[in-house]
Amino acid sequence: MALDGTGWHPSAWREPDARPDALFTAAYWADLVTEAERGLLDLVTIDDTLGLPSDARVDQVRGRLDAVLVAARIAPLTRRIGIIPTQVVTHTEPFHASKAIATLDYVSTGRAGLQVRVSTRPDEAALFGRRTIPPIRLDEPTTPALAELFDEAADYVEVVRRLWDSWEDDAEIRDAATGRFVDRDKLHYVDFTGPFFSVRGPSITPRPPQGQPLVAALAHRDVAYRLIGRSADLGFVTPRNTSDIARMLIEIRGEQEAASRADQPVHVLGDLVVFLDDDAAAATDRLARLDERLGRPYRSDAAVFAGTPADLADLVLEWHAAGLSGVRLRPGALPHDLRQITRGLVPELQRRGAYRTAYEAGTLRGLFGLPRPANRYALRS
Amino acid sequence: MPRKQIHLAAHFPGVNNTTVWSDPAAGSHIEFSSFVHFARTAERAKFDFLFLAEGLRLREQNGLIYDLDVVGRPDTFAVLAALAAVTDRVGLTGTINSTFNEPYEVARQFATLDHLSAGRAGWNVVTSWDAFTGENFRRGGFLPQDKRYLRAREFLAATRVLFDSWTGDEVVADPASGRFLTDPDAGRFAVRSDQFDIAGRFAVPRSPQGRPVILQAGDSEEGREFAAADADAIFTRHSTLEAGRAFYADVKGRLARYGRAPDDLKILPATTFALGDTDADAHAKAYAVRRHQVSGQTAIKFAEQLWNRDLSDRDPDGPLPVEDPIPGENTISKGRASVRMYRDPMATANEWRALAEAKNLSLRDVVIEVTGRQSFIGTPAAVADAMDKFVQTDASDGFVLVPHITPGGLDEFAEKVVPLLQERGSFRTEYEGTTLREHLGVHP
Repeated sequence: MALDGTGWHPSAWREPDARPDALFTAAYWADLVTEAERGLLDLVTIDDTLGLPSDARVDQVRGRLDAVLVAARIAPLTRRIGIIPTQVVTHTEPFHASKAIATLDYVSTGRAGLQVRVSTRPDEAALFGRRTIPPIRLDEPTTPALAELFDEAADYVEVVRRLWDSWEDDAEIRDAATGRFVDRDKLHYVDFTGPFFSVRGPSITPRPPQGQPLVAALAHRDVAYRLIGRSADLGFVTPRNTSDIARMLIEIRGEQEAASRADQPVHVLGDLVVFLDDDAAAATDRLARLDERLGRPYRSDAAVFAGTPADLADLVLEWHAAGLSGVRLRPGALPHDLRQITRGLVPELQRRGAYRTAYEAGTLRGLFGLPRPANRYALRS
Repeated sequence: MPRKQIHLAAHFPGVNNTTVWSDPAAGSHIEFSSFVHFARTAERAKFDFLFLAEGLRLREQNGLIYDLDVVGRPDTFAVLAALAAVTDRVGLTGTINSTFNEPYEVARQFATLDHLSAGRAGWNVVTSWDAFTGENFRRGGFLPQDKRYLRAREFLAATRVLFDSWTGDEVVADPASGRFLTDPDAGRFAVRSDQFDIAGRFAVPRSPQGRPVILQAGDSEEGREFAAADADAIFTRHSTLEAGRAFYADVKGRLARYGRAPDDLKILPATTFALGDTDADAHAKAYAVRRHQVSGQTAIKFAEQLWNRDLSDRDPDGPLPVEDPIPGENTISKGRASVRMYRDPMATANEWRALAEAKNLSLRDVVIEVTGRQSFIGTPAAVADAMDKFVQTDASDGFVLVPHITPGGLDEFAEKVVPLLQERGSFRTEYEGTTLREHLGVHP
């Protein structure tokens, strides 16, 4: 499930059960994630951007908290659900991100992930003042400037991953006989050098409980499929129709192959904005009411679904049959559509024998059936 | 007249030789449960705040990763945010570097932490410049040493602009009228200075404290002036009454120049302690701890830092080196703050030699003497008495306690000394406010 603000519809904050005044409190996020965990969901993602939207609207939610900190704040309040905050990679330091996600993995005892996002906005670059980014039109074919931003993101993930492995699991020895706390032979310089940055290492944070927390990315186009294929464990894609799925998977699998990662599991989830009610007319009416406040039909990068949990279950199973590992649902309005997922969709899928009835693992990797990976540096030595 | 109130902070045991990892009671330095234990002890004892230090590269000596002390720490922001979930009142402060971060991101993180902790965030602003640490960052080791304080000052000023870019009444979130914001331009800012050229809109609405509490460490002339201008609390290392009073008078005297009252800046020396049932017992324990903190190997490493020479062939139970320290940049050890203590290595070496001569001490004994002595040693009653006197006679406004055991090193102090300070009427028995600014009595 993907969390953002009061839900993905820009008018959702005006719904009677919305809590727009609580948006900047910990309790707001804690309640949502606790509800998601009650529904046995695999994970929540917490969306983020560095800056505000570049408009001057006063009739929509404006302002947001840092997603990594929100994730850390709710981690101790939950026990099983995976927590994946978004980190903008274009302006931040891979060294800081690596230890922050490692720490999220410690405070959640193995449930952390990282969704990387490329920022193409010149106004976000101006917030940092370290580089300028030329205007990039995302509806046009990929330019070298855009490709470069995604290459940089791949380097960023590479550094983050190397730093997670820069401590072997048994580096801390506490050997009173020799007076040594660590075995320095089990701490590794990562020595990454690339066109965008160089990072020496090792991390200051020991290897996190999962070894490698899951890396995720959302993709709509070639360069982003490539990033998933090269760098990610989890890809989020936005099929309009079931027939789009095969093409997207071919692109991602091709990029995996090109990056010599064909043997590594990359789970692909379909994004879907959902408006759910017990009868379909209620859902479409609600969406129409929200659209009326917006003054236009709501459009998203992902497909929009309005209907019953049972109808959604049909679609989820159809997408699953088409090759996706599952879906990442974006609730149109919170908390309503979240509760419809946890109390409507999940029981429906359980009745059909297509969803867990209890958490089967204690880590996020475990929920995806992924083993704890060997350390790349330990293999070498 | 009401009694002057003591402010107490708890320093999570550091990545240095003060922390004794070989003690059977020593637990994990990285598991979240250790941080929870430590934070809850501090909160149970009504401490003002807990404190995390920073180190952005593993220390090295003789070209190798330093392996004698505790190594490894979590990300400061992430662990403080997580601690906000398991505590209600204690302040959550962390050290964040102004060299290897950008103002927009740090302001966003502290404003978020302040929201998520309902007003308990504090920031110890430090500045470094070394290329050694820079090798872990995009920026690299770019900053000339003489620009350290300039960047720190401008960094802090930039974050202040960002924190103040929301006044606090913009978010109305009124579903009936459909107005979420009162101001379409909320968060608008622009900063142009020697170090920064940034502009746009800050994403985080004003947090409960408005700005995090600002802490500053350092005793230098520049550090004192920086604190007098901008900080809410200052860390010092002055452990004697005389030195403490002199520093206190000096720094408090600088505040008027910035339109601030003496109470607007709290002076908090870093403080170690050893408790016992009797005075003799406490001194015996203190000595034993110091021997653990400064092993023979550790003593040699300390001497190498001062002499800037490889002394691995020396006997720690033998004399100090007869040769003189190598002057200039310290090349033997990297990434540790204590190196900078030795501003004049020759003079310091002569002090060490005089001490060795006068008391007939070995190399290791000298290092124990000059680095390890606890600030307060005695029975709980004697320690409470001495600490209270320290504050009541204006040698400080309180203390940042540095225990030597993770995570239980604060427990005994909390159980035995805090109640005595409370009995005297020198320390709160309940939190009166909810924010860190309220605990410290400092206003934005």
